[in-house]
Amino acid sequence: MDTDGIVSFDHISPEDSHEVHVLAVDDSLVDRKVIERLLKISACKVTAVDSGIRALQFLGLGEQRRTSESDGFVPSLKVDLIITDYCMPEMTGYELLKKIKESSMFREIPVVIMSSENILPRIDRCLEEGAEDFIVKPVKLSDVKRLKGYMTTREVKVGSHDRGSGVEINNKRKLEEEEETSDMSSSPPSISTLSSSPFLSSPSSSPTSSPTVLASPIRRLKTSTID
Amino acid sequence: MTMDVHQLQAKLREHQSAMFQQGFLDDQFSQLQKLQDESTPDFVLEVVTMFFDDSENLLKNMARCLEQVPADFKQIDAYAHQYKGSSASVGAARVKSVCATFRPFCETKNLDGCMRCLQQLQQEYSLLKNSLQYLFRLQKDIKASGGSFS
Repeated sequence: MDTDGIVSFDHISPEDSHEVHVLAVDDSLVDRKVIERLLKISACKVTAVDSGIRALQFLGLGEQRRTSESDGFVPSLKVDLIITDYCMPEMTGYELLKKIKESSMFREIPVVIMSSENILPRIDRCLEEGAEDFIVKPVKLSDVKRLKGYMTTREVKVGSHDRGSGVEINNKRKLEEEEETSDMSSSPPSISTLSSSPFLSSPSSSPTSSPTVLASPIRRLKTSTID
Repeated sequence: MTMDVHQLQAKLREHQSAMFQQGFLDDQFSQLQKLQDESTPDFVLEVVTMFFDDSENLLKNMARCLEQVPADFKQIDAYAHQYKGSSASVGAARVKSVCATFRPFCETKNLDGCMRCLQQLQQEYSLLKNSLQYLFRLQKDIKASGGSFS
């Protein structure tokens, strides 16, 4: 366990290996505590770190290669989901997302971005880079419950044309936000911009590639009214 | 005169209701309360305590930025953004909305505007802190009297 307290790590015993393990990344102590509790109450194992660099180190991708004792923690359990804040010093959530998607070992892990700002170009950019979902903060229990669906239905989703299957992004709150609402009235992004992304043309696309992006309920929500 | 547990519970309900009504707290605070249970009986108190520490640091840092010559508007904006985030996470609605007022003043490098915002922010924080501390006190007294609260 890291001694300066910026990382919390559950002791994971073998019989718990079926539980979903989430790596949460947020530079805000308050937000880390909240997301950690939200995840635990949703029956997830949580490792919470305070920066993208720490997240990469945890995964073994950092500059400090994982030696036996170096960082004090070893990912004894694979990570099933990464949830990261967007605005962080040194490395943004977007930069972390890119690094993860560039890694052959970890690109399959779904990455969810959280942001207090409901900025559509930002959301688009993250989705295009392969983010599974984008949550507008503050994060609620219903948001986390939805995330669990990514991990259990991930295999089902690949090739599935049922856009509603467990991936309903509840962005009612996005529409309720006073800020940036003018962005919502802009026309939805054309699908052709997505197809030109080098990410999508990769032959060995991960499950988080085109079916997800094109089927993204976020896009669906932009053109429809929300219940 | 000591109050019995029912009176305390009534006071708590009234106080909490007023805090929501007056906009000090929003739904996110209720969300946090829902996350509290027997296994984490002090969750809300812990989060709010972290928030208080965070607030005091941010307010201090923002004041320092404004005292600099020239004032570091970019940094103040960053702090205000950070504070807006954490206040949103705990449901501190009024604090959050004052944080949002900084941006235009930072963008136009309006020192007076920023100073007024900071003053308002300090005030809102102070009011919130007192109200929440009273709320936690009531909860503590209820528990000590063997009672419970939702």
